[in-house]
Amino acid sequence: MSILIQKAGILTTVQDLGRHGYRRFGINPNGAMDRHALRVANILLGNDENTAGLEIHYPAPEIVFEEPAFFALAGADFSAALDGRPVENWHVGFAPGNSILTFRKKISGNRLYLAVRGGFRIDRWLGSASTNLRAGAGGFEGRRLAAGDRLFFNRTTMDGKKDPGYRLSSSLIPFYSSFPTVRIVAGPEFEWLTEESRIDFTEQNYAISLNSDRMGFRLEGPPLTARERTQMVSSAVDFGTVQMLPDGRLIVLMADHQTTGGYPRIGQIASVDRPLVAQLGGNDKIAFHPITVAAAEDLAVRRRIDLNRLRSAVGFRFPA
Amino acid sequence: MSEPLSEPVIFPLGDGALTVEFGRRIAVAANDRVLDLFDYFERNSFRGLIETVPAFCTLTIFYDAFEVRSRNPRYPTAFEAVRALVAEGLEKSTETARPETPPVEIPVAFDEESGPDLDYVAAINDLAREDVIEIFTSRVYRVFMLGFLPGFPYLGELDERIAAPRRSVPRLVVPRGSVGIAGRQTGIYPIESPGGWQLVGRTDFRLFDPAKNPPCTLRPGDRIRFTVAMK
Repeated sequence: MSILIQKAGILTTVQDLGRHGYRRFGINPNGAMDRHALRVANILLGNDENTAGLEIHYPAPEIVFEEPAFFALAGADFSAALDGRPVENWHVGFAPGNSILTFRKKISGNRLYLAVRGGFRIDRWLGSASTNLRAGAGGFEGRRLAAGDRLFFNRTTMDGKKDPGYRLSSSLIPFYSSFPTVRIVAGPEFEWLTEESRIDFTEQNYAISLNSDRMGFRLEGPPLTARERTQMVSSAVDFGTVQMLPDGRLIVLMADHQTTGGYPRIGQIASVDRPLVAQLGGNDKIAFHPITVAAAEDLAVRRRIDLNRLRSAVGFRFPA
Repeated sequence: MSEPLSEPVIFPLGDGALTVEFGRRIAVAANDRVLDLFDYFERNSFRGLIETVPAFCTLTIFYDAFEVRSRNPRYPTAFEAVRALVAEGLEKSTETARPETPPVEIPVAFDEESGPDLDYVAAINDLAREDVIEIFTSRVYRVFMLGFLPGFPYLGELDERIAAPRRSVPRLVVPRGSVGIAGRQTGIYPIESPGGWQLVGRTDFRLFDPAKNPPCTLRPGDRIRFTVAMK
């Protein structure tokens, strides 16, 4: 049971929900940029939500299903087609043997996830299948996928060889705007900003620099000012941390961020809104809306409950 | 460095982590307290704990808010619940005696190819190359933390006679094993990477091996000594 990368995309990697417990060694979690999309794709397929899938950027690869498979696409819309017929995101599709999955056009978002029922067979490195490109470890040989790569997946039952037919409730399908307002909790060094900069931070819009990648998104906009130049010693940072560089510009740390950083942590994006940021690309815009820790936790908890409900609904129709 | 330690301050880092800060300056005493609290949570895990990350003077605790809340319904938020666990930990974790292990020896080549910035470090400090090497290898360094790259140790404290600012333009490629200086810190690049530290030498000592678990050789709190590598 395998898929073949017939043509390489610009950046396709194997990712799961991240590698935990090794930040203390300087090894960051990596994992899917849009964890929500990968989670939903896996849940729809009846997989464990942490099952490895492919994270696809545009230009996207051409993929051959060498054996029949149930699969799901979630996240960005790259106008997917299976043997020329359009495939929708956020639902389970069936790929016959030797069918070809292609992506014709970038419609919205920047990262698309492909999951297959049963999951890809990937050796875990330190407990995770996520690719660490910097260390050249994890995922598929520690690297991005290239033409000719073949990924095996676990054989699963193929009863009812067709779309199981359920639709995802719209509350679980994010609206990937190219100019989202994302909720953010003040970071440990937020108070270092001048009063004016604190207001500016939530009233200004920022553009995502073209010079952005899985490590971080640089934001273009009027620089902020600190009340005093306080040296900061390195401390832990996270996916979604907004740091202020010495010139007052901002950077949002993304899935491949370093484990620690020495720049003031102005804010931390609410985990529930990280997927909206993860789908942005160069020249998209972003604005920030401050919320409390309690509100950010409430959102995370509600999202978890919704996903748990989806899992029970799917489990009922798609017995393991 | 016998400043009195300030009371730890606790900050949320979004909805999935908090940082306990034991001061804002690099000091052995603060780093000891970080490692004490780190050890405490190694022994006293709690439901929802994902991992803890020690740095110079902070310990950051990553948790799953959903799990923490379902286990601690008395608290309005997961943040408050973990803060209470930290308060308990701070009370119970004080004054752990840290055994002094012999320093790990790391042989370094200081030739021009291995240490392309050694002349610069010597020049700005009005020293000869040999003096820099002599001063650099004469002290035992503490591993304050690992970060930046897999297994990258932040070592201190460097003798101020050989301190040097970071390069204004970072190198795109720093070879594996390069030993660098930045301010009064020194560190070793475990893998090839871009980097802005002044490179004074290079070692074959393996700091990171993905085939091992854990894949990194050094731990925060370890002590190391640089020696001049035999040709």
